[in-house]
Amino acid sequence: MVINKPARAGTLESSDIYIMVQPNQGQGIEIQLDSIVLKQFGKQIQNVMRQTLKDLEIEDIKIIANDRGALDYTIRARLETAINRAN
Amino acid sequence: MNRLRRTILFMPGNNPNMIQNAGVLGADSIILDLEDSVSIEEKDAARDLVHNALKHVDFYGCEIVVRINSPSSPFGIKDIQVITKAKPDAFMIPMATEEDMEEICKLVGKIERKEGILENTIKLIPIAETAYSIENIADIISASNRTIAVLLGAEDLTADLEVTRTKEGQEILYARSRIAHICKTYKIDAIDTPFADVDDFEGLRKDTIRGKGLGMTGKAAINPRQIEIINQVFTPTIDEIEYAQNVIKAMEEAKGKGKGVFSYQGKMVDAPIIDRAETILEKAKTAGVI
Amino acid sequence: MKNSLGREIPETIKGYYKEVKPFTGAYDNMADIIKTQVRAKSIMPDEKKVLDNLEEVIKKSGLKDGMTISFHHHLRNGDYVVNMVMNQIASMGIKDIKIAASSIFPIHSPLIDHMKSGVVTGLYTSYMSGPVADAISEGILENPIIMHTHGGRSRAIESGDIKIDVAFIASSTCDSYGNINGVYGKSACGVLGYAISDAYYAEKVVAITDNLVSYPVCPIEISQDYVDYIVVVDKIGDPEGIVSGTTRITKDPIGLKIATLAAKVIEASGLLKDGFSFQTGAGGISLAVAASIREIMKDKNIKGSFMSGGITGYMVDMLEEGLFDSILDVQCFDLRAIESLKNNKSHQPMTATMYGNPHNKGAVVNNLDLMILGATEIDTDFNVNVTTGSNGIIMGGSGGHSDTAAGSKLAIVVSQLFKGRLPVIVDKVTTVSTPGETVDVLVTERGIAVNPKRQDLIAKLEKSKIKVMSIEKLKKIAEGITGKPMEIETDERIVAAVEYRDGTIIDIVKKIKR
Repeated sequence: MVINKPARAGTLESSDIYIMVQPNQGQGIEIQLDSIVLKQFGKQIQNVMRQTLKDLEIEDIKIIANDRGALDYTIRARLETAINRAN
Repeated sequence: MNRLRRTILFMPGNNPNMIQNAGVLGADSIILDLEDSVSIEEKDAARDLVHNALKHVDFYGCEIVVRINSPSSPFGIKDIQVITKAKPDAFMIPMATEEDMEEICKLVGKIERKEGILENTIKLIPIAETAYSIENIADIISASNRTIAVLLGAEDLTADLEVTRTKEGQEILYARSRIAHICKTYKIDAIDTPFADVDDFEGLRKDTIRGKGLGMTGKAAINPRQIEIINQVFTPTIDEIEYAQNVIKAMEEAKGKGKGVFSYQGKMVDAPIIDRAETILEKAKTAGVI
Repeated sequence: MKNSLGREIPETIKGYYKEVKPFTGAYDNMADIIKTQVRAKSIMPDEKKVLDNLEEVIKKSGLKDGMTISFHHHLRNGDYVVNMVMNQIASMGIKDIKIAASSIFPIHSPLIDHMKSGVVTGLYTSYMSGPVADAISEGILENPIIMHTHGGRSRAIESGDIKIDVAFIASSTCDSYGNINGVYGKSACGVLGYAISDAYYAEKVVAITDNLVSYPVCPIEISQDYVDYIVVVDKIGDPEGIVSGTTRITKDPIGLKIATLAAKVIEASGLLKDGFSFQTGAGGISLAVAASIREIMKDKNIKGSFMSGGITGYMVDMLEEGLFDSILDVQCFDLRAIESLKNNKSHQPMTATMYGNPHNKGAVVNNLDLMILGATEIDTDFNVNVTTGSNGIIMGGSGGHSDTAAGSKLAIVVSQLFKGRLPVIVDKVTTVSTPGETVDVLVTERGIAVNPKRQDLIAKLEKSKIKVMSIEKLKKIAEGITGKPMEIETDERIVAAVEYRDGTIIDIVKKIKR
């Protein structure tokens, strides 16, 4: 899949994550993450995002995310929605 | 009866916090809602969230029902296409007609086969919320062999009828009775309409008792705080259980003495009384109270 | 060296105010002690106590570089007095002041500048939140601050561990000869329980009031024989920040579920019978537990003896319904509590030392049947952290947590199993505030764990068909949902020494790494 236009998904409510995606043609994967649990779960959140991108076969994308303590399933769902909206 | 459906709790499908906690609230069934509680702009997001939740969230054995958007809307069919893969226990169909039930049944079957899911795993619960569906509920139920229950939707029904919805519920007496009777005929559950005032617990109790008195077997809840009362009403009381146990005991004693007909507490006990006692004990067992 | 909880405590801590004594056990150090002496200077019959302004008061009090001054926190986040006094001290060029404030709130953020400029070099407190707590965590002071429990603070003052040179007492109402109460005036705050040790043991005592009344005031909570000077100011506080309007029970279904489970545990414990006593915080879940207890007591016609601690309108309702005989109040959380204290003889004030000091002839906490507690983290030894967040930043403190846990027959921690993805159960808490040996039960929405040393309680719960699991199992359930959090890194520098109520060091807080 390819990111054609900027799109977003999610909310800033507790246990949710707000994700914006942008085209990043030929520049690979770039993730800007802010989280209330950055120190404890920052790596895990990045891992989930990268796995989701791999499953969707996305190679170029810029992700800006603001996490409010979302669990993995929510991170995955919000990223999927944002990507589908960017298509 | 292997699954209780005393309380079925509506949870908004686009709220992670509510979804991931839904399994601990004490409801027998949970409805993850993609319809009324989700705005048009967020239909896709809720669908993706519920899809992922079904795959990863532990609901501690609660039955998981997904209320899809109307099959005639732009979202309903897509909802089924995405969600079926994550194997919910059932879909709930708003404003269901016979044709909707047939079409959805076929579509679900097709995806089940494709995904290697055992045929007929995923069940259907139509919502009866128009005068038409109340009148034709038998045909709607029998349009699919996946139907396990009917939910009465009184708000839309009374709007359709152009009558006022009241707390007393006189206006839905017929609908409740009809659904209860027909569901019993098909041996499926009759789920009562939710009680709208989430702060009136006495009103909720009365309304639940009223529905149960007409033959409804469970009730929808729109707030977790309603669960306890609904469960209480639909769970056999200690007195009922004791009575049933005594009837069964008396029956076994009579059998031992070779008596076909016997009496308990001065009353003749016949087959319907024994049936009732057995049903109460089975319900109590499933509810974990004995 | 390691203390008895396995926490690494240095042999010496640079800048710590006394000899380092590591924690050895919750009831290990109930000493036979001699309380400290305090200097008192007679006031002559013709002397006036009411002075013109703060500057004159500070001059007359003899405040000098290096001294210790104290404040109470009954005005909470509406307090103007700490900032007012510190600004005056700074403008007079006095430096190196140690502040003993029973709590620090966000409103006290101007302290940060005084710390930067060297006016303030030390802090003793029982609870702190907001910008000052953040700054301390980042190492703004050279020497560590000392964190006490509420009872432990009184102990430290009475034993002479903390020698207060001047106590500045925010006084909602004060008469012209220094009799004080907190129940009248535009800045009424209710009981002054946390200010009493300061008044009794400080060398100079200053009443700062915005409601000076004619002699003698009634009622008298702090009496004239302890007060040296009085100064009148426009406002000692902002009523909005002093008391909350109403305290509400949580409507969150998970909070209510936890409360329902906790009530079942309490019922099964056998403590809920005539003469029952309990205390709970003002948090949403804790209040929901109180609501469940209220229902059970009504249903079963049980009459309790007392409720204690920080008091809310909800407790007042229970008193007025006749469910309890009395309230022992160390601080009022809302207007209903203040009104009740004023009008109801069964609602009595108490001092912090009467409430929780382990080194007196018996504190109120010793009479508690049940205590409902919160937790930021709890570890598999049941040690509880309410001092730092999981990120290592100070965001609270024991307050009465350790005192009540130690005294009560049954101490129940209520918490969501995870909050914002952070599991409440961890291998080792970031900071120990309360030792696990004083904590009996953890109730979460997904399971109940009982401290293995309470086999008697486990048996009772099982008899009542309440499912109990090990805290390790509950931790596994949490991590199955959230994943395992990574450990945070800290700097080597110690920013706070956390004292148990007996004055031993239960843990230290290290500077956070950015």
